[in-house]
Amino acid sequence: MDVLQLLISGIANGCIYGLLALGFVLIYKASEAVNFAQGDMLMLGAFLGITFINTGYADLPFLMGLVCAAVVLGVFGYLLERFVLRGIFGQPQFAMVILTIALGFLIRFFAGTVWGHNPMSLETPFTGQVLRFGGLIIPMVDAVIIGATVLLTTVLYFFFARTRLGVAMQASSQNQMAAYYMGIPVKRVNAIVWALAGVVAAIAGVLFAAKGAVEPSVGLLFGIKAFAAAVIGGLGSLPGALVGGLLVGIVEPFAGRYLPSGFGQVAPYVLMLAVLILRPGGLFAQVSQKKV
Amino acid sequence: MSLLQVENLSIAFGGVKAVDGVSFSVEAGEVFTIVGPNGAGKSTIFNLISRLYEPSGGRILFDGQDITRLPAHKIAPLGIARTFQNIELFDHSTVLQNLLMGRHVRRKTLWIEDMLFLPRVRRAEREHRRHVEEVIDFLDLAAYRDKLIAGLPYGVRKVVEIARALSSGPRLVLLDEPASGLSVEETKDMAWWIEDMQKDLGLTILMVEHDMSLVSRVSDRVLAVAEGKPLALGTSAEVQADPRVIEAYLGAEETA
Amino acid sequence: MRVQFKSSYDHDINLFQDNRHRIQYGILILLAIAAPFVLPEYFVGELTQIAIWSLAGLGLMLLVGHTGQVSLGHAAFMAIGAFANMALMERGWPFIPALIASAVITGVAGAVLARPLLRMTGIYLAIATLALSVIIEDIAIIAEPVTGGVSGVIAPMIELFGYEIDRYGTPTAFYYLCLGVLLLVTLMYANLLRSPSGRAFLAVRDSEVSARALGVNVANTKTLAFTLSCAITGLAGALYAHMAQVVNYESFLILISITLLLQVVIGGLGSMHGAFLGAIVVVLLPQVIATLRDLVNAHTPIALGDYPGMDMAAFALIILVMVIYEPRGLYGVWLKVRTWFQLFPLYRKGMFRRSRTYLKTERMR
Ligand SMILES: Nc1ncnc2c1ncn2[C@@H]1O[C@H](COP(=O)(O)OP(=O)(O)OP(=O)(O)O)[C@@H](O)[C@H]1O
Ligand SMILES: [Mg+2]
Repeated sequence: MDVLQLLISGIANGCIYGLLALGFVLIYKASEAVNFAQGDMLMLGAFLGITFINTGYADLPFLMGLVCAAVVLGVFGYLLERFVLRGIFGQPQFAMVILTIALGFLIRFFAGTVWGHNPMSLETPFTGQVLRFGGLIIPMVDAVIIGATVLLTTVLYFFFARTRLGVAMQASSQNQMAAYYMGIPVKRVNAIVWALAGVVAAIAGVLFAAKGAVEPSVGLLFGIKAFAAAVIGGLGSLPGALVGGLLVGIVEPFAGRYLPSGFGQVAPYVLMLAVLILRPGGLFAQVSQKKV
Repeated sequence: MSLLQVENLSIAFGGVKAVDGVSFSVEAGEVFTIVGPNGAGKSTIFNLISRLYEPSGGRILFDGQDITRLPAHKIAPLGIARTFQNIELFDHSTVLQNLLMGRHVRRKTLWIEDMLFLPRVRRAEREHRRHVEEVIDFLDLAAYRDKLIAGLPYGVRKVVEIARALSSGPRLVLLDEPASGLSVEETKDMAWWIEDMQKDLGLTILMVEHDMSLVSRVSDRVLAVAEGKPLALGTSAEVQADPRVIEAYLGAEETA
Repeated sequence: MRVQFKSSYDHDINLFQDNRHRIQYGILILLAIAAPFVLPEYFVGELTQIAIWSLAGLGLMLLVGHTGQVSLGHAAFMAIGAFANMALMERGWPFIPALIASAVITGVAGAVLARPLLRMTGIYLAIATLALSVIIEDIAIIAEPVTGGVSGVIAPMIELFGYEIDRYGTPTAFYYLCLGVLLLVTLMYANLLRSPSGRAFLAVRDSEVSARALGVNVANTKTLAFTLSCAITGLAGALYAHMAQVVNYESFLILISITLLLQVVIGGLGSMHGAFLGAIVVVLLPQVIATLRDLVNAHTPIALGDYPGMDMAAFALIILVMVIYEPRGLYGVWLKVRTWFQLFPLYRKGMFRRSRTYLKTERMR
């Protein structure tokens, strides 16, 4: 029973990691860029959620607030690509790594200036509620998080499989040059991908804030863990990101419970290193050899 | 005994048999050219000899030694140097530095000696430089010695890459399309240099080339391949007259 | 522009190209030595910091700038160097052997980690080293006998040739100590770069395939680069510990790893100068910002509060601008300025074609 309880809490956490990892993978697939500021975008999303929803701020209904946060962060992602990141289009990946790291610092500074450095949490209609199945007690938050993740993943799946834009994104992610020649507006697609990553980060952020406290620096470590999740999955694969996220989410509480203190926190990173050492390109790797 | 002997060499990339049972041997001192339509597997043969790719079958012998399973970095020390079809120079370094990198196989000092720059490091450096200067003179690169690769014209880069290969003091040089992208003038120079490399430096040359006038002029023997398989072997004229070769080229043109 | 006449191969082999070059660097070193006598005591501390971060930057530059392997976890190696040095001195080792040993220990740790790490490339390597940096924070707590656990360790007094050197008591002596180590490492680094070992690093950075085709053992070369890089960073960590006086798990947070990487990028990847320039920015920027803020507060009605993280944000902003407009960093800016003066009326736009930074895509290998 206890194990089951841990498992569910782990899965809920894993869903948030997974969503964030999804954001990484979206961007990586579209432009082979890695967004080190993804964690900070989640933090921003969490604060936006708090601003839109909490009493004393905008006081909107939960869903409305969620949508507003998603829209704001989506626009942010779009503008970011359009006006900052496009400046280094075509430069090697490393430039993007550095750029997004710097961006993360700026977002953190911005959030600290606007919302301060004290932990805040989100008021939700389901805060404190629980679901009971026999002896099993599931916090409502966890159920909502899991449900939301399933929903979002399904939507994304259909988006990529069925819609024109989704298919264009898939194509441009597989081979930017070829997509360009096929008449797909690669740059615009990139901007839309960043917008999408913003939306996903906002949703993940709001869910995150529903479960725990937020302060400007949470994004960094949380982002790194989500990144670990994405890497475990192989960076190039959307299902891989979710699997990686769940793995990290589940390993954490169990390691915390069963390993001596101090070892628990490092478990996700050790897991990631182990995966990378055994499979240098992640579980769902797709590295091809360079032709010469 | 042949200098290089390739026996029944094969490799496939995800079902595509890029090289499929190719055998040939290159005699010491000759210029041996591989021709064939695009995608025939010529560069792949080079990459197999350089051990950059892992063959799925066959053997490669150099000077009687089986090199089929050697790691890639053990190939150059045997005396095999190469150029790449798409030029793989060290772009952020000068021509001189690139050529000195070609001397890697002749390095005599350990990193710890390098770090302390012991007198023998300086002596070795002078020695490397002397060899490199010979190559610079030979290929007429003096004007570009201290220029960065990134700013050089394409034709010069092609020559620099050959110079880098020669700097290592090889016995066999693999040239992957030395004349592609060169002007008529530059191609003529290239022909001279290849002839000089053979005659004056006594090198053995294995070359891939599309420009048939260059091929006819410098090659002792020519091997035609198509779709990974050998088609014909002989003098340039014989191979060009071979009906299977003509058909392979026409076929390639139709599908292209 | 000056025309150089070269008379012998030694001209290119020597550390300095000509006498002018020699004099320039000689003056620079003299200035560094004279500084404590000219500047107020406060700045000696800043200079010491610059020396230490330059050293750490050199360590990372060797790996990232000259071998093309990214590391987002170098604070971990600073930590290893620091704790090793402290632990050995605690056990009665004299300072110099302990310092050398801490470099060796860090180097060995790096060598052991290098093999599995360097099978990865690009972004995977970045994230793996980042993870290493996170893990080391926890190890610093767990390995209590060496690291003093949560409370950390206090740096013992340095005794050198009968003198007692201590950051607060004898700041100038401590500065000279750091400067000495820095100069020694710089010299060895420069030696590497002008010899076959350094060329092998550059070869691996610019084209792994050609490096292999030229007979370079890529795995060994990367391992060597990683080892030396870690050893240098370990030295910096040891000196840092003596400067900070107390080190614990919080001294080498992941943020330091990230800052260190940003430092070498700001300075300019692929040149030793970059490590120094970057260190100057990292150390002096907070001062500059504090001064500016005070100026604004004093002379305008705007009251700028003390926003935490303002210097980090300013730093990030510089990075942002730099990555977009001058990927070669401050050293690139310096080169442009110098050329502009040398060619004065003849400078053309577009003379410096946008040159790429040094890490490549990893989908293709
Ligand atoms: N690393 C690789 N991965 C997958 N396929 C490859 C790889 N290298 C070569 N191929 C395939 O092998 C076949 C032969 O390629 P190769 O480069 O050897 O042709 P080539 O004869 O050199 O042609 P060209 O004249 O255009 O240079 C092609 O179908 C190519 O796509
Ligand atoms: Mg080819």
